[in-house]
Amino acid sequence: MANAKIVIDRAGAIVANAWTTLAPDEELPSAGPVIVPLARLLAETDAVLALPGGIGVLIGSDEHLEQIVPLLPNLALVAVGFPKFRDGRGFTHIRALRDQYGWAGEIRAVGDALPDQFLSLVRLGVSSVELGEGEDPASWSGVLALRGGLDSRPAAEQPLPLLRRLAARFAA
Amino acid sequence: MDTATQIRTPSAAAEAGIYHYDALDHAFITRRVEAFREQVQRRLSGALSEDEFKPLRLMNGLYLQLHAYMLRVAIPYGVLSAIQMRKLAHVARKYDRDYGHFTTRQNIQFNWIKLEQAPDILAELAEVDIHAIQTSGNCIRNVSTDQFAGAAADELVDPRVYAEILRQWSTDHPEFLFLPRKFKIAIIGSPQDRAAIKLHDIGILTKRNAAGEPGFTIYVGGGLGRTPVIGSKIRDWLPVGDLLRYMEAVLRVYNAAGRRDNIYKARIKILVRETGAERFAELVEQEFANLSGDRFHLPAEVVAAIQSRFGAPDFADLPAVSPAYQKALAENADFARWVSTNTHPHRVPGYISAVISLKPIGGIPGDATSAQIDRIADLAEQYSFGELRIAHEQNVVLAHVRQDALFSLWRELEAPGIATPNVGLITDIIACPGLDYCDLANARSIPIAQSISERFGDLDRQHDIGELHVNISGCINACAHHHVGHIGILGVDKHGAEAYQITLGGTADENAALGQLLGAAVAADEVPDVIEGVIRVYLAVRLPGELFIDSFRRVGLAPFKQEFRDGQR
Repeated sequence: MANAKIVIDRAGAIVANAWTTLAPDEELPSAGPVIVPLARLLAETDAVLALPGGIGVLIGSDEHLEQIVPLLPNLALVAVGFPKFRDGRGFTHIRALRDQYGWAGEIRAVGDALPDQFLSLVRLGVSSVELGEGEDPASWSGVLALRGGLDSRPAAEQPLPLLRRLAARFAA
Repeated sequence: MDTATQIRTPSAAAEAGIYHYDALDHAFITRRVEAFREQVQRRLSGALSEDEFKPLRLMNGLYLQLHAYMLRVAIPYGVLSAIQMRKLAHVARKYDRDYGHFTTRQNIQFNWIKLEQAPDILAELAEVDIHAIQTSGNCIRNVSTDQFAGAAADELVDPRVYAEILRQWSTDHPEFLFLPRKFKIAIIGSPQDRAAIKLHDIGILTKRNAAGEPGFTIYVGGGLGRTPVIGSKIRDWLPVGDLLRYMEAVLRVYNAAGRRDNIYKARIKILVRETGAERFAELVEQEFANLSGDRFHLPAEVVAAIQSRFGAPDFADLPAVSPAYQKALAENADFARWVSTNTHPHRVPGYISAVISLKPIGGIPGDATSAQIDRIADLAEQYSFGELRIAHEQNVVLAHVRQDALFSLWRELEAPGIATPNVGLITDIIACPGLDYCDLANARSIPIAQSISERFGDLDRQHDIGELHVNISGCINACAHHHVGHIGILGVDKHGAEAYQITLGGTADENAALGQLLGAAVAADEVPDVIEGVIRVYLAVRLPGELFIDSFRRVGLAPFKQEFRDGQR
């Protein structure tokens, strides 16, 4: 099992993390909470979903979200991978999970995302971020402070960026 | 004819045509500056590696060039106020070497910037609502449009309000800041395409249906660079209310499916080509159907609200024909010559759009000194409601000039050296910074532009040659759009030496076409002679009144090729 890395919530605060992440060729544990790579979930669906204690899936930026849609009701967490910070496909995964598929469970960004991408992640509806080795959580929460107040509503209820402000302008 | 004083507008109306920021807009860009200042601090302290800092500085317009940092400042859809223009002059004076370079994307670049000063520059620019957000990086860039928008006589719909909506939609869009590659949108509201929409990632033609309602035709996948492609039409009619929903759909398909394995194949044009335009259109329509209509709907009230934040010029009620203007035209041949190239018909009777050439004979295309920038700002206030535009041809437009004040304006252009009557002619050359500045370039562009400008500098001669667009790029990235120049010149590296490939017959207008190769690359000092040969053939074959591009289309490449081969012997 991968070691427990620091996990922060949408506000940048460190949160307790009970989840472990299964390596691609690692044996299934006897119980969760465990995050399973998409390929393993698809290959061993019944065995994985039978585990007690909570199941999450890790979806890579080059994998298709549609494959997990039927399984979403059985999951407690979707981890969206950012193999490189330049690879922005994870943003579309997160947005589609929230808006298109109405997923209300936890979405966790994992991998190489930068603190400067935190605001985008939060606005798209991410619940938590797993930081890289040795990363300072303060640089993440600091970004939020710099970028001003956040809309804490669920993503699906937030209008588009900037147009949100336009709408507010009307109301005023 | 001193009408200057009588048309000077009070300061309250001095910014007609400019989108006015409110407190929220202003707070947003100020916060961005502070965030960037903090990022620069982290870079200077070593907390951020150059690799990590790069996408952040690019998102704020800061490039690392051959000799220094370059800051590209956004001029949304090319429109700015005299006040903003003066701030650009100030930045040129205080932080650069006293000049700026206007670009083919209607922006301005400062070439000699110090990293530690970049946040201060952005803070100064923010004071007048200017920023450098998303002028580089793999995000949605500055939306470009017609430099005569809102003024042109042939315009069906003013595209600026939609350009502004697209700017607001794309700015800091959380989903689309890390696309496979950069993304450029252009929008036009006239049947005559002055914004090269078919050469953009998304090109938008604004028009009206039978009921007179505005709507859009959407082209996708156009672009230049090493794989030049003319865009494909994927939607013939898109109602205004669906504009953003459709943009979301296109961008989402691209963000998910665009190639990320090879930056040379990462633009949307490659995805569209590999997928097929028809199939790509289907994917977009599917995504469009998936997006909840309500959330992405662009309500008419929002359009109206944004429209209301644009100041409207307070046009005087004038007769269509000005006797004073007609008299000046008849009496002064130099003025008449300038008018013949450097103006554009206006939709309002008694007005005309004037183009200030930033292409003096032998000069550097698109460069302007701080003194010139300041002077142009003054003239904009005196003659054009305090508003001006940067054309993608790297010239400046005063869009709303009274015809009876045009002569007086023209006389004021002489002293600062901006009266060259060459807009659209062979010396109105579009050139990128080239190897003099850019670390991507294979060859210099500026000296080539200067040598052609000098060779054809004689005004009688260039007016006789007539409309002819020369575009010079220093490398395959095609920043100067050489593929669509009537004469396109591409700098290449030929066995370690700078050499130039020449193409003919490209056009960026509504009949967009890519140029055809004249022959093998030639050395820098041969370029003017080769162009001379091209002109010789044109003058020999042209029918009375026939433009270069029309002659080329009629006779084809062959006679030009023959002349080129003969010249090379």
